[in-house]
Amino acid sequence: MRVLVRDVGHTYRDRAGHAVEALAGVTFTVEAQEIVAVVGPSGCGKSTLLSMLAGLLTPSAGSVGFDGDLPAGRPPTAMVFQEFALFPWRTVQANVEFGLEEAGRPPADRRAIAGRFIELAGLGGFERKYPHQLSGGMRQRVGIARALAVDPAVLLMDEPFSALDAQTRQLMQEELLAIWEQTRKTILYVTHNIHEAVWLADRVVVLSRRPGRVLEIVPVALGRPRTEAMLGERVFVDAVERIWALIKSQARAALREGVA
Amino acid sequence: MTARPVPNRARALARPEHRVARGLGLAGLLVLWELLTRTGWVPALFLPSPLGVLAAGGEMLRSGELLGHVATSLGRILLGFGLGALGGVGVGFAVGVFGLAEAVGTPLIAATFPIPKIALLPLLILWLGIGEASKVAVIALGVFFPMAINTAAGVRHADPLLLRAAVSFGAGRWSLVRKVMLPAALPMIFAGLKLGAGTALLLLVAAEMIAANSGIGYLILNAQNLMETTVLMVGIVLLSLLGLASHWLLTRLERLALPWKAEG
Repeated sequence: MRVLVRDVGHTYRDRAGHAVEALAGVTFTVEAQEIVAVVGPSGCGKSTLLSMLAGLLTPSAGSVGFDGDLPAGRPPTAMVFQEFALFPWRTVQANVEFGLEEAGRPPADRRAIAGRFIELAGLGGFERKYPHQLSGGMRQRVGIARALAVDPAVLLMDEPFSALDAQTRQLMQEELLAIWEQTRKTILYVTHNIHEAVWLADRVVVLSRRPGRVLEIVPVALGRPRTEAMLGERVFVDAVERIWALIKSQARAALREGVA
Repeated sequence: MTARPVPNRARALARPEHRVARGLGLAGLLVLWELLTRTGWVPALFLPSPLGVLAAGGEMLRSGELLGHVATSLGRILLGFGLGALGGVGVGFAVGVFGLAEAVGTPLIAATFPIPKIALLPLLILWLGIGEASKVAVIALGVFFPMAINTAAGVRHADPLLLRAAVSFGAGRWSLVRKVMLPAALPMIFAGLKLGAGTALLLLVAAEMIAANSGIGYLILNAQNLMETTVLMVGIVLLSLLGLASHWLLTRLERLALPWKAEG
């Protein structure tokens, strides 16, 4: 299934009642089994875009949608949140089962499916722990397992590793790539980290600052599976530099404006 | 060259536990009290000795007098507390979840909450008679308000991120209430229960002093009338034990119900 983002704009009212244009004329496509990263300076509406695809927000202009058949019982999307958004009163097992519960799967199925993704996410042995007993990296593994468990056509990831320390982040990126090799999920990955975007994605959608517009869609001509050695390759470095060149002035202006 | 050591500035933050002093304080007070009354410094009519109170309590326990009063009081407080808590949680949830209930309920609660509930006892007696119903009702009212207010606040403060996460996985309104708002509100509900337990005890005693011929409140007031200060003290000790027991029980229940709360 493909993700189609067509001419999407979004305007909302801030607390003072002023209209704020967050996105304008954004168009791109995510092909099946592709990893597409969206990068942009603070306040470019990247997360707004994900909320739209998750069905949490309706765009005020244009359309977001999917193309292709979706087998019955499979949700189009599932989201991995920056702040993990785990239910603190649920164990790891119960958190991973949440989406399956809402999908109406019988308990035995839920247990089996959740068990599989707990293993896949490297959480074996932690099934009965509560989120507060886990490190940040482990918590986000739960977030990823919970999203994968419902077998979404598209995995939406909203800066999933930005709350983690640099070393953990690097390891989690590698694990995500390993998970992708096994599952071949279509992934839309929002980040402000250019290295991360290039390292993970097949294509990088670069957004401008508010209102977010597509500055360029940068293809990453790195093979898969991705290896650490590729971080030094010309292709990698060029893509990073190209994106930084696009974003630099935008980010500087955003910094001066002091918008979050 | 000898290095000058870094001064330890953390000393200003130290707060030693003084475990022994904790126990000694309480024991010391009891011993002092016993001595004061033994030596006849303070007449037993005003302040009976701790051992004397203990003995009187034992005697009343044997005669069955004490159990009767305690059972009556417990019955009233449990029923009143239960009804008030159930009603409060129900209304609190409605106010927290539904916009209409909030619009109607909030001003009503704000207007009636400040009334000292004991002031309503005469009215309740008029309506429900002088029997058990009016006492149970006044306790229920006293428990209802902290429960309703705490529950509504707990529900309303459910983390919006978790609500969004639940919705993104397809949760409907009922699922949100059951799987996000209820567990999110539980800590506040338990805080309300503890608050309500104190209020319930207060109202129980007051109601029993005003209009009853049994129960711990009646026991205390009656003992005063008969100048039986020792019996009066037995009643007070009983109440403090009741308060301690309810707090202990609720804390235990809370731990059982909220295993996900970080320790400490």
